[in-house]
Amino acid sequence: MTPLLSVSGLSKHYGAQIGCADVSFDLFPGEVMGIVGESGSGKSTLLSCLAGHLVPDSGAVIYDTRAEGPRDVITMSEPERRMLGRTDWAFVHQNPRDGLRMAVSAGGNVGERLMATGARHYGDIRAAAEDWLGRVEIDPRRIDDRPATFSGGMQQRLQIARNLVTGPRLVFMDEPTGGLDVSVQARLLDLLRGLVRQMGLSAVIVTHDLAVVRLLADRLMVMKGGFVVEAGLTDQVLDDPQHGYTQLLVSSVLQV
Amino acid sequence: MIEITKLSKSFLMHNQGAARIEVMRGADLSVGPGECVALTGASGAGKSTLMRLIYGNYLAGGGAIRVGGVDVARASPREIIALRRETLGYVSQFLRVVPRVPTREVVAEPLLVLGMPEAKALSRAEALLARLNLPAPLWSLSPTTFSGGEQQRVNIARGFVHPYPALLLDEPTASLDPVNREVVLDLIEAAKARGAAIVGIFHDAAARARVCGREVDVSAFAPVSA
Repeated sequence: MTPLLSVSGLSKHYGAQIGCADVSFDLFPGEVMGIVGESGSGKSTLLSCLAGHLVPDSGAVIYDTRAEGPRDVITMSEPERRMLGRTDWAFVHQNPRDGLRMAVSAGGNVGERLMATGARHYGDIRAAAEDWLGRVEIDPRRIDDRPATFSGGMQQRLQIARNLVTGPRLVFMDEPTGGLDVSVQARLLDLLRGLVRQMGLSAVIVTHDLAVVRLLADRLMVMKGGFVVEAGLTDQVLDDPQHGYTQLLVSSVLQV
Repeated sequence: MIEITKLSKSFLMHNQGAARIEVMRGADLSVGPGECVALTGASGAGKSTLMRLIYGNYLAGGGAIRVGGVDVARASPREIIALRRETLGYVSQFLRVVPRVPTREVVAEPLLVLGMPEAKALSRAEALLARLNLPAPLWSLSPTTFSGGEQQRVNIARGFVHPYPALLLDEPTASLDPVNREVVLDLIEAAKARGAAIVGIFHDAAARARVCGREVDVSAFAPVSA
């Protein structure tokens, strides 16, 4: 099977400072990979390089495109990369305000992604938006309200609806449940798990919450100081950590 | 079905003075289809460690763990995930679930990930929950608030809903009343009859005598101290 995403030797420096260094991994269709590590360990830098938001210093990010098979995202032309970002990829930001248009209605936020991929029939777009608001458990009567009137948890769910409406194959998530209260977090986890199963999508999830990765991710990468110090099956890395830093990370979690 | 050869395992605690705890050396175990083998030994002898090694939850130090043609000691995460989905079931003592997910969906999940249509998977899950005497009004609730015995039955239902060719059972009858204990022992006997290879830990000696054809004392796998 061809990996959906194949990353090799990816490095990014900020001057003399290491962002992430020599990261390599393969992600297969239907797989969810978690990336954990303390803040400043390079998780978000790596995610931005993968999604084409940052240009890495070296390395390759090979994505298996629908039309032309495996292509290097980094050397791809900007319009091609933007097209991928609109159709095959989704990026869920940590702060929903970075991923939403705050001055446009909830329905408009969801519909915009559809229009960017060619949908023109207003009734169809509105129906799809209503359907997705329901799926992320937002009352469809709020379709004409602006996200600014939504709570933080609703904004995060709206951002997820906006991202998934075009049926992407790969979703990048930066702390998708950070800053949400635990009841909303549980609802989101359930939603994401269902979507991964039903739509067969692959995801790369950056988080510092080990409980979240245990429930969502098949595989786990642990980062420290820009380097991947350990990688493997999620429950194996959490239950039998090999690297000293992972052992510290796992043993530092407070039991509820 | 399950072939373990020369398996060894040690834990290295980097943050606790780099202490190295060697727990297993030269373990050999073979379990064929239709066979149920009980792991015995005192608390801390390594029964659960061996189960976790077979499931790929612990990383093997050396040796081989072949389950249905896959060497868990060397397999990639992707191969282990596929093995767990199709071949190798595990009933642990703890239930770990996404909060808010109804019990019937928790139990049906192993079938849903194999691509079974939702209605069929849910009706199978419900039939098994009924057999395990879990009251129907609980099926639409999340198991996170259930009692210990109820959670254990949800766990058992999850482990038996798909006919795994290999099964690991960690204390499946520990906190059950006599009626439900009987149901679980029947499920184990039915799994043996269809050809499943089972490795179990049973502190309940009568249950062990009834379903297990063989006992293996894991103390024999402990490294000989110099």
